[in-house]
Amino acid sequence: MSNKLLISIAKALLLARWRQTLVAAFGVTFSITMFITLLSFMSGLNDLLDGLILNRTAHVRIYNDIKPNADQPINKNVQYAKGHNFIGSIKSDGNRMAIYNSVAIMNAIQKDTRVLGLSPKITAQVFFNDGSVDITGSIFGINPTEETKLFHFDEYITTGNSADLTKINNSIILGKGLADKLLVQIGDIVQITTSKGDRFPLKVVGTFQSGIKDFDNVQSYASLNTVQKILSVPNDYITSIQVKLNDIRQAPAVAKEYQQLYQTDAEDIQTANSQFETGSSIRTLISYSVGVTLLIVAGFGIYNILNMMIFEKMDSIAILKATGFSGTDVKKIFIYIAVSIGVFGGLIGLLLGFGLSALIDQIPFNTVSLPTIQTYPINYNPKFYMIGIVFSFITTYFAGWFPARKASKIDPVVIIRGK
Amino acid sequence: MSTILEAKNINKFFHDPIRIQVLENLSFSINKGEFVSLTGKSGCGKSTLLYVLSTMDTDYDGSLLIDGEEMPKSNEPFLAKIRNEKIGFVFQFHYLLNEFNVLENVMLPGLKLGKYSSAEVKHRAMEKLKILGIEHLAYKQANRISGGEKQRVAIARALINDPHIIMGDEPTGNLDKKNSDLVFDMFKQLCETLNQTLLIVTHDPSFAARTHRIIQMEDGKIIP
Repeated sequence: MSNKLLISIAKALLLARWRQTLVAAFGVTFSITMFITLLSFMSGLNDLLDGLILNRTAHVRIYNDIKPNADQPINKNVQYAKGHNFIGSIKSDGNRMAIYNSVAIMNAIQKDTRVLGLSPKITAQVFFNDGSVDITGSIFGINPTEETKLFHFDEYITTGNSADLTKINNSIILGKGLADKLLVQIGDIVQITTSKGDRFPLKVVGTFQSGIKDFDNVQSYASLNTVQKILSVPNDYITSIQVKLNDIRQAPAVAKEYQQLYQTDAEDIQTANSQFETGSSIRTLISYSVGVTLLIVAGFGIYNILNMMIFEKMDSIAILKATGFSGTDVKKIFIYIAVSIGVFGGLIGLLLGFGLSALIDQIPFNTVSLPTIQTYPINYNPKFYMIGIVFSFITTYFAGWFPARKASKIDPVVIIRGK
Repeated sequence: MSTILEAKNINKFFHDPIRIQVLENLSFSINKGEFVSLTGKSGCGKSTLLYVLSTMDTDYDGSLLIDGEEMPKSNEPFLAKIRNEKIGFVFQFHYLLNEFNVLENVMLPGLKLGKYSSAEVKHRAMEKLKILGIEHLAYKQANRISGGEKQRVAIARALINDPHIIMGDEPTGNLDKKNSDLVFDMFKQLCETLNQTLLIVTHDPSFAARTHRIIQMEDGKIIP
């Protein structure tokens, strides 16, 4: 009852000075609009840049590294087991790149509840022959369906179709740069030579553009079977297993566990691409600090206007107090005024922010390295809107709190006698 | 006859710029239904006394009893409630809230009290306006009426919660002869028909002369 009365008094005071109210609310609206737009745009850009690498990278990659064997024969000897053994002229043990028992490992990983999916991969170093020129490159043997499902493979195919890799025997999808060098189009045949010297003709079924030019100049994709045929290896030959997890943050722990369990090497995405994490978090931090600064400035605007209002309304405050309104009631009235300016301005700001982001979303943004992107990226995350409205509420509350406290301390006697 | 207001040994000092005693050991009481005027030359401390009695000024020594209840000196919300419920105010300047219309101005302390529903408060406010003969102004904006009318609205507002006592600080000081007589007649009528207790500060001898009882002050003391 009492609060309803205080709210109606606050409303009357607000409407009596509606121009000032509007200016104060406009300050909040402007800052919330910019806050939403800035964060949506920055976060959209972050997602785009992260997507360039992170979407295509496995969360955990299982492979056999070229490195010296940790279990040297001398360590197996019981006689020397307790000593510290120095071994000279040690050589790396890299004659087998394939993962041992790959089928069983894949079956086991597939059953892990933390795993979203996995995709086997074979890397083969080859030469692409074009007349007298040999271009060094690599062919990745993949399963196109899995690769598309987990790592958005389809998004980078600019011409042709990834499914053709399995439908057409001995087919290949070339990087755009590589295809340009070899002067080939879809339907043409390219000749490759393996590191062992075997020659092999492959039919081009598409080209891709990954967004990173160096990749496109040397890489190509073929089906697992085709690459196994090129290398003349059995069909359980896999050089790496790419695992995507449900929760990316578990990657380091899972990698460690698999390394132990399957006696191979395993690398997590955080270790492999730490620079991207840092870049994204710093960009996010900057956008938040700019947004919050805007809100605080709007808060000072509200503070000023309320201070002026209290100065003008001294008489009214004195009369309210003389007729039985306590200091707390007066304080509540001014806090209601401040918060309603904040919430009203904030809500309009959310709408305008949404509109402005939608507008930016329509601006054409064409870049050679990102064929699938047509307009500026925007992330419409509801989280930003929540933060925006909560923050406008909090800043205006505090902007109102100090003038309200001042109003609550006004001594009615001084004002009434002061006339 | 019951005592509505009792002051015992009230002393008050101003500290700034130098320590001056403005009220010196004042003791008196006001009974229900009395029409009391407090007079004296300007600067004698009569307004200061009124603000002490009204509970708005708590910086004094001595004790103040309203309706037999001792007033604390530091419980601001409690004193606000006492002012709301038991004291009605009329000031020299009209002090209406210009954001509201006449009826709403009268209703505000009633709504604050929360004893009646808002429909009842509205009905009561209309009754008070009728008593003062200004019900036709009810829906006018508070800053669109004349000075004499404003003062009558202020009296209606003072009456809304049926207070034990109405206090006035020079309520006619800012009005012409005609309006001032009108306001005096209102007070007199309230006292006689509703048995309303009134304590009015005035320096107008003709006003004071027509009240039941005059408390005369000089230099912070009551002249017996």
